Amino acid sequence: MKRTTIDLWVGLFVTGGLIALLVLALKVGNATTVGASEGYRVTAEFDNIGGLKPRAPVKSNGVVIGRVEAIALDRKKYVAVVTFRIDKAYQFPADTTASILTSGLLGEQYVGLDAGGDDVMLKDGDRMKLTQSAMVLERMISRFLYGKAAEGPQPADK
Amino acid sequence: MSTEPLVELTDVQFAYDLRPILTGIRMRVPRGKVVAIMGGSGSGKTTILRLIGGQLRPSAGQVKVNGSVVHDLDHDALYRLRRRMGMLFQFGALFTDLTVFENVAFPLREHTSLGEALIRDLVLLKLNAVGLRGAAQLSTGELSGGMARRVALARAIALDPMLMMYDEPFTGLDPISLGVIANLIRRLNDALGATSILVTHDVGASFAIVDFVYIVADGRIVAEGTPDQIRASDEPLVRQFIRGEADGPVAFHYPGRSYADDLGLGAHS
Amino acid sequence: MIAALDSGLRHIGARVVDGVWKLGCATRFTATLIARSGASFSRPQLTLNEIYFTGVLSLIIIIVSGLFVGLVLGLQGYETLKRYGSAEALGTLVALSLTRELGPVVSALLFASRAGSAITAKIGIMKSTEQLSAMEMMAVDPYSRVMSPIFWGGVISMPLLAAIFSAFGIFGGYLIGVVIIGVDSGAFWSQMQAAVDLREDVLNGVIKSIVFGVAVTLIALFEGFDAPPTAEGVSYAVTRTVVTSALVILALDFVLTSFMFAGV
Repeated sequence: MKRTTIDLWVGLFVTGGLIALLVLALKVGNATTVGASEGYRVTAEFDNIGGLKPRAPVKSNGVVIGRVEAIALDRKKYVAVVTFRIDKAYQFPADTTASILTSGLLGEQYVGLDAGGDDVMLKDGDRMKLTQSAMVLERMISRFLYGKAAEGPQPADK
Repeated sequence: MSTEPLVELTDVQFAYDLRPILTGIRMRVPRGKVVAIMGGSGSGKTTILRLIGGQLRPSAGQVKVNGSVVHDLDHDALYRLRRRMGMLFQFGALFTDLTVFENVAFPLREHTSLGEALIRDLVLLKLNAVGLRGAAQLSTGELSGGMARRVALARAIALDPMLMMYDEPFTGLDPISLGVIANLIRRLNDALGATSILVTHDVGASFAIVDFVYIVADGRIVAEGTPDQIRASDEPLVRQFIRGEADGPVAFHYPGRSYADDLGLGAHS
Repeated sequence: MIAALDSGLRHIGARVVDGVWKLGCATRFTATLIARSGASFSRPQLTLNEIYFTGVLSLIIIIVSGLFVGLVLGLQGYETLKRYGSAEALGTLVALSLTRELGPVVSALLFASRAGSAITAKIGIMKSTEQLSAMEMMAVDPYSRVMSPIFWGGVISMPLLAAIFSAFGIFGGYLIGVVIIGVDSGAFWSQMQAAVDLREDVLNGVIKSIVFGVAVTLIALFEGFDAPPTAEGVSYAVTRTVVTSALVILALDFVLTSFMFAGV
């Protein structure tokens, strides 16, 4: 095949474009740490998930170890069922607690895992028993107010 | 050689958006001849060429080339037929991003798998036939009008067509270039054993080289015959056309209200 | 009064009918173009040449604009973020705006004015000087020989140009933010990497730019092909290409964005 200078330029252009894409993919973006095939999947039930979204991070002691895959409502028990995938490098005891936390005051919500002490490790398809739901501001306020009301009027200072 | 005409138009009608251009054209172009289609501007001459080339479809009637009905062919068959046709466009229609050499080589590269050396020989042969072998490496922008048309002619004959069509080949040429082109048309036709159709309104140049003439006006053929017969015709429209008279059956004035009315001098009712 | 209203309505009606008509023609044109794309793949040299004309020749304007857009984003972003004490989020801001929106959209707008107008002019001139007609009469199909290579060349070039634009834009943001203003380099990159997702942001940006590439190249080809065969007709067609492309890019961007990012 006859080679022309146009071919060279096109070759350079395509290479440059692909490098730019690669830079965007590797340097700028995070190719999600847990691939679709790696890792194991665990579910957890929450009374309330607050503003948790799919693809939110799963962290343990602040380290990202997985991502939320799906969120659904259990039709019989009326609890939120959150499915997440954890990197297979990290094994957690079966009595690990999952809680829904907020990063910073106004930040995004994520799932936090606090390792328990069980000898049996979580494996693919397991359901976590110990969970702590998201804090909902309205409930906290109303609980606080009810608590105040239940205490009754404060006795007058002596 | 078969006696069947190469091109035959039978009662061909054509209209652009309901505006009739051709109303019943009947025409036979025998093999090996050079035939001129003449007529005033806008009389539908070029439309006839486009019908023969299959670029337009007639609204009624039949266009037959080499035994097949052009407008009944499918895409592939039409393109096979066109490989055996050559057409010279009014201003050459050379590809402006290619050199003279590449323009002539274009049909060879597209339709044959000849080697580079053979293509080069063929291109130089065709360019030599139109006297422009020396201009092979020029770009199309460097050519004069007459040269561009000769290059286009070399390109049109690159695949040795059986039918050559010329769309106004004489327009805008100086007398020398005009003579060169006219001679080439006749010489190439006889050398290639081709058949040529020439659309023109140049009486002098075409009558010297053609075998047969059709004169088209108002979408129909008003006269046909050999150049001598046409010259001898006493039909007023033909005489006006041949002699180039300003007024006659083809009126000088575009149809409209009378001049007196337009000036407001007419009697008011 | 009634007569004026009547003629006005007629005018609007005629414009609408004309537009619908043209849309129909454009659709048929697109179908023919894609159906006769065989040569673009069996003779890759044709498409390669068009990548040169649409892609390589647009490189300079894409790189320079990308760099400047990144510089401006860096400056403005820093000024705004500083007020909330989160200047380290500059990387996130620059990278997200570029990969999601500015990269695909601005490079498509530049592509329309650089390559789109050139395509329209080329096809319009080829048509008005009967080059396309001559090609047809030489039994060479202009759809497969001329127009489909241009189409595929544009479709291939556009995402590459958009990626180059984004990459240079982020580099521009880095220059201003880190090198000149002095935001911490580590925070700049790590915050960016934490926030920009490969699939959600980068891949969606690439999808957008492919869609824009298809739209701009089609508009440019069709306007050239549909132009009245006169010098004036071609020059109007070039203007129409740039205007129509810009509107279509922005409208498509809205639609795509609402599909891609609304559900998250």
